[in-house]
Amino acid sequence: MAKILVRNMQKHQQGVVTAVKVGGILGQRIREMGLMPGSKISVQGRAPLYDPVAIRIMGGTLTLRNAEADYIEVEVQD
Amino acid sequence: MAVKFNMALAGNPNAGKTTLFNALTGSRQHVGNYPGVTVDKKEGVYTVDDFSVNLIDLPGIYSLSPYSEEEVVARDYLVENRPDVVVNIVDAANLERNLYLSCQFMEMGVPMVIALNMMDVAAKRGIDVHHKKLAKLLGVPVCPIVARSGKGIKELMQVAVRVAEHHKVWQPLNISYGEELDSLIIDLKAKVEAAAFMTCDYPASWTVLKYLEEDDLHISRGDDDNPLISKELQKEVAIISEHMEQTISSAPDAMVADHRYGFIKSILRQNVMHYTIDQNRMHTSDKIDMVVTNRFAGPIIMLLILFGVYKFTFTYSAIPVEWCELFFSWLGGTVDSLLADGYMKSMLISGVIDGIGGVLGFVPLIMFMFFCIALLEDSGYLARVAYMMDRIFRTFGLHGSSVMAFIISGGIAGGCAVPGVMATRTLRSPRERMATLLTVPFMNCGAKLPVLALLIGAFFSENKAQYMFFLTLLAWVVALLVAKVLRMTLLRGEATPFVLELPPYRVPTFSGLMIHTWEKTWQYIKKAGTVILGISIILWAMMTFPGLSSEQEAVFTARQEAILGQQSPEGVAGLESGEVTAEGRALNQALLQLANVRSEAALRHSIAGQIGTSLESLSQYAGFDWRTNIALVGGFAAKEVIISTLGTAYSLGEVDPEATGSLAETLKRDSGWNKVKAFSVIVFIMFYAPCFVTVACIIKEAGHWKWGWFAMAFNTAFAFSLSTFVYQIGTRLF
Ligand SMILES: Nc1nc2c(ncn2[C@@H]2O[C@H](COP(=O)(O)OP(=O)(O)OP(=O)(O)O)[C@@H](O)[C@H]2O)c(=O)[nH]1
Repeated sequence: MAKILVRNMQKHQQGVVTAVKVGGILGQRIREMGLMPGSKISVQGRAPLYDPVAIRIMGGTLTLRNAEADYIEVEVQD
Repeated sequence: MAVKFNMALAGNPNAGKTTLFNALTGSRQHVGNYPGVTVDKKEGVYTVDDFSVNLIDLPGIYSLSPYSEEEVVARDYLVENRPDVVVNIVDAANLERNLYLSCQFMEMGVPMVIALNMMDVAAKRGIDVHHKKLAKLLGVPVCPIVARSGKGIKELMQVAVRVAEHHKVWQPLNISYGEELDSLIIDLKAKVEAAAFMTCDYPASWTVLKYLEEDDLHISRGDDDNPLISKELQKEVAIISEHMEQTISSAPDAMVADHRYGFIKSILRQNVMHYTIDQNRMHTSDKIDMVVTNRFAGPIIMLLILFGVYKFTFTYSAIPVEWCELFFSWLGGTVDSLLADGYMKSMLISGVIDGIGGVLGFVPLIMFMFFCIALLEDSGYLARVAYMMDRIFRTFGLHGSSVMAFIISGGIAGGCAVPGVMATRTLRSPRERMATLLTVPFMNCGAKLPVLALLIGAFFSENKAQYMFFLTLLAWVVALLVAKVLRMTLLRGEATPFVLELPPYRVPTFSGLMIHTWEKTWQYIKKAGTVILGISIILWAMMTFPGLSSEQEAVFTARQEAILGQQSPEGVAGLESGEVTAEGRALNQALLQLANVRSEAALRHSIAGQIGTSLESLSQYAGFDWRTNIALVGGFAAKEVIISTLGTAYSLGEVDPEATGSLAETLKRDSGWNKVKAFSVIVFIMFYAPCFVTVACIIKEAGHWKWGWFAMAFNTAFAFSLSTFVYQIGTRLF
């Protein structure tokens, strides 16, 4: 078990969100789309220029810029 | 007499709202605007048993936060209009996320029914939803439906009508937001109730929640209503905020969101959902994405698809476009033979038929293009384009979602800057939004398209599709560079969040595509039919009056007589009897040439001619003569007018003023036109001042008239410099 940022997740790697370290508009937007502590996510892929990142969550796919995904801390299996 | 109800459809984007709305109302719908904002307001009527239901399609939203116009519109509609029932459409295949919005509706207490849509998709994905259990646990009726096939819709409406009849009072749902917040909420709620603080409009508990979430919009309304209590609430929230920050490094708004999802999870966990297939398995949509958004294949596929759109549009619309042209030529000819010469006939043919015909002749082209856009949008591919393009757009200080506005405005040639400018409202950063709305008019909209197509057809006909494709790329490059410059100068500042959903790929329904295509094409036709007709007639008048002075008339009459007088009597007789002799032909030639010179003199003398001529001294640097100038001035009003004006200008100034021949042929034959000039004109048309409808929208969206002036002055100066550059270089090279 290790805590890493979404940016460092491999493609198709799974993990559980442990923290969303941002408030304000971005924080609310991220949370209301389901990214919050306890949510299971996996990285579905990255755009051709490696940014944004597509995340699979709750049966849907969300895309975030790396800079935004950096606020999301994930616990992954080693 | 049937009982009337107001029903609002609400739900997440892509949950199937539009599909349900169309299934319910069929053709009995119309699109309007919410007062003050330009978010589309779709209304329709549905009748069931003894009830007549007034349906409103609210914009698709993820939550009731105040960060986008859509969310504000939806939330204000609910509060101000108090619909009798809200039908909340929920995607069964993405239930947890969709219920977040439902939870917020329940916190507001609106009377509602949940329409559990996409049951077929859920079943295919092995998701089993026990809707009865869900209904019991939520305390809200739940009706499973398949909006696309119409399954369950009748039952849904019966339940909705029952709710509307019996559930008249708003009953806000109370869920726990954690011990700490719960006790504070009870305190604050008592304060709000005691002061009757905004309680006529909003439930007290909702106001408290909004203060906890630091919802700027609600707080500013509170400040207006009762500043004292508003300040008090804000103070209390600030205290607990700080406390939470220190103890659990969280914030009230995060807490509230956490507990909403906690509430949803606790319900779903009670055997509401069953998976019959491993959910980690890849869905078809994911498999498609592996290829379509692949690093290497993705961009290539994207280019191929966009290029395919051109090929398709230009190749297949050619035949109906020709039919339209033939029809209007025939109409012009018929009017010509039926009416006596005079102003009336001249106005009908040169003003009305040429004007409308020039514009409507391109309806098939525009329809094909809108069809392609609808196809990309409904299939879910357009969101992938935004996803793949964001990295590039960010480089220019824009946002991946700017893609939508650019594409709608004509990024895939043939949109319209008016809805494009409106589409920028989903962008939350004011600066990225401004940069987008100021640069989308550079795209090749559906109105510029016929003008560009006309010039390409006349001068670069060998490779039509390739040229169109090149012009589209050119529009993109210029728009992005200008956006970058704006973001570095007038609109400096930070980038904003990019949180975008990639909806699963779906096969669009034929009827859905048709409705989209028709809606947009109809908007174009309406514009052509009203604004353009008026302008076409005004311009005809500007080009016809004041006419030649009596001295000039006398000069021309004298010259005509001189020509006739030179002829031998046999020649004159031959002309009169219609007998074709060599002498008769020469005579005819001379007379026609004179007539040509005469009408050209008349046009030059007209109001429009005077404007065009006075601009010529400047515009000559870009290669524009006075005729082109008149047309370009007309284009300020609407770009389509360029065609009708050129048509009017040339048919009036031509050999036969009453002929409605093909304008492209006329231009090709005209000695004043060549490839370089045509290209210079194309460049100018692409980038100069947006039409006045767009300018009006820019002013409204930007919130200040100065941006309207900016768009007109800056774009015109910019386009003129570019055209001058093209023309000066071009004439030296070729
Ligand atoms: N399989 C299936 N597809 C559906 C169903 N309902 C809608 N769709 C499809 O889902 C897609 C999105 O539907 P829309 O009605 O455009 O969704 P919307 O909620 O109006 O989306 P916005 O316009 O973005 O707010 C379309 O391609 C529909 O054909 C359904 O019950 N089953």
